[in-house]
Amino acid sequence: MSIFSTRRKPPRVGDALLFRRSLIGIVFVLVAFVIIAPLVIIGVEAFSKGWQLYRDTVIHPDTLHAVMLTVLAALIAVPVNTVFGIAAAWAITKFDFWGKRFLLVVIEIPFSVSPIVAGVAYLFVYGLQGLFGPWLDAHDIKILFAVPGIIIASMFVTAPFVARELIPLMQAQGRDLEEASTSLGASGWRTFFSVTLPNVKWALLYGVILCNARVMGEFGAVSVVSGNIRGQTNTLPLHIELLYHDYNATGAFAAASILALIAVFTIIAKVALERQGAGRVRKQTNPAEKTS
Amino acid sequence: MKIHLENVVKTFESFQAVKGVSLDIESGELVALLGPSGSGKTTILRMVAGLEYADGGAIHFGDQDATDIPVRDRGVGFVFQHYALFPHMTVADNIAFGMKVSKVKRDRAAIDRRVADLLRLVRLEGLGDRFPAQISGGQRQRVALARALSVDPKVLLLDEPFGALDANVRRDLRRWLREIHSELGITTLFVTHDQEEALDLADRVVILKDGQIVQQGTPQEVCRDPKSAFVMKFLGDANVIAAEVKDGRAHVGGLSVEAAGVADGRGELYARPSDIDWSEEGPGITAEITRVLDRADGRRVLATTDAGEALEFDVEPERVVKAGDAGFVTLRRAKVFAAG
Repeated sequence: MSIFSTRRKPPRVGDALLFRRSLIGIVFVLVAFVIIAPLVIIGVEAFSKGWQLYRDTVIHPDTLHAVMLTVLAALIAVPVNTVFGIAAAWAITKFDFWGKRFLLVVIEIPFSVSPIVAGVAYLFVYGLQGLFGPWLDAHDIKILFAVPGIIIASMFVTAPFVARELIPLMQAQGRDLEEASTSLGASGWRTFFSVTLPNVKWALLYGVILCNARVMGEFGAVSVVSGNIRGQTNTLPLHIELLYHDYNATGAFAAASILALIAVFTIIAKVALERQGAGRVRKQTNPAEKTS
Repeated sequence: MKIHLENVVKTFESFQAVKGVSLDIESGELVALLGPSGSGKTTILRMVAGLEYADGGAIHFGDQDATDIPVRDRGVGFVFQHYALFPHMTVADNIAFGMKVSKVKRDRAAIDRRVADLLRLVRLEGLGDRFPAQISGGQRQRVALARALSVDPKVLLLDEPFGALDANVRRDLRRWLREIHSELGITTLFVTHDQEEALDLADRVVILKDGQIVQQGTPQEVCRDPKSAFVMKFLGDANVIAAEVKDGRAHVGGLSVEAAGVADGRGELYARPSDIDWSEEGPGITAEITRVLDRADGRRVLATTDAGEALEFDVEPERVVKAGDAGFVTLRRAKVFAAG
């Protein structure tokens, strides 16, 4: 066993020991300063003025309203984007149609464009001076600076998550399974629920979790369209910023701790799902082609 | 169920995959579609299945025009090259799937009975609880066949059914598929690019090239009487020797071969490795041995003629030959086609 031998040999593959250790060391230091330290600070600061103040901030009506609004946005945006993601992935991977490549690119746009740009764009579409603004105003429909605007902005930002998880997997799986199912006499719906869905369920759940995490944490786009009205159109991330600007650092950290807690649960769920075989690791394997 | 294809055409974007194919498959017949990749054989099979629609022509199942009947209602059993078993279902559930989704309602016990029967038919008793990932490739393909048969198809279609398996398994499955066919008598059409598989298994072989049928017939007919150089080359190893055709005979190196129907001028002699004899004395085509390959069933000799043509032929295991030997090649039989 070469690793136990006392003679120093160059590694058979890869880099020298010193290089390897310094590389690992740099990563650990960076993780500690960039990720761990801020997370710890959130916890420490949130409780710095005692449990009482923490509790007061968390159960303050404005905070609770922000939490409720964030949950409401997730409850609407996540299912809508899940259905959208499944439909888009299904269409792109199982059918050939004109404009397919274009659709693939368009789905990715929310990933590449800054959320604040999306928010501003919505101002110009639904705002009073915007495209549909006068019509909406005439019919007394409020989208901007109201809950619908928050939900629409969240949906825009998280639109690609589910589709992006499903498309590579469904592409790798091909159409054989669906063709087999149909040739055996199954209807389209039956094929989808009995054959397609069970084979992508882990990737789907993974996409839903990522989508949910993003909806709850979205700041940029929502901050433009919500109007930041305390107790009315304030989501949790916006509320944190507001508290911070009020010089209520402890309150801001207390609210942030709720968001951080949600993130931690998300990561636990994500890791658990990855153990089940979801995520990017297994994307390349095609169950239909795993021979012998 | 008799299948009749009438001038079927299929075009993918700008590529014409099938260029007017007409074909009759008798009830209970086992027919192979044989051709190189890109010859349109899989496209034809998928059109018979209804997985693709024909752009032109018609497909009849018996007296019924099936051209526009969707795959779901066409009543065919389709076996995919990569099995396409549902990975999240057990072997038994895979086989039961077609019966469960069928418009013909069966009760649970009837489905279980039929699954057990099919598992016995494909000799996989006791493996019903396994998942596809837990059985071998050959077993998976047998499950795929059982699943295709579960819905009592009028026609059985197999797309390169043994293509993903290794040689020994493939040979076993071939015999076994032939037995199942004899037992059930179901009209069967399968696609392969392996000429040995087609000849071993089929009642009739349909040879395709560039989306058209170039020849069809029993294995004996196509092997003994190939109508073109393409068929001759595609069905097995063939040596090509340039010859001069005059008055219905081909001449080369003092040999003369019957060449009825070939126009005078340049021609090509086609001979199988077993059709060639080697001798130290003339007459014959002069050649020099470049290499001798020893094989389990004989010795394969590689030689080059004076004209530079590479030849391959077999000699008896006892025959003493070695690289560098010069001698003469004679032909027991050969086919002559006009030079292409």
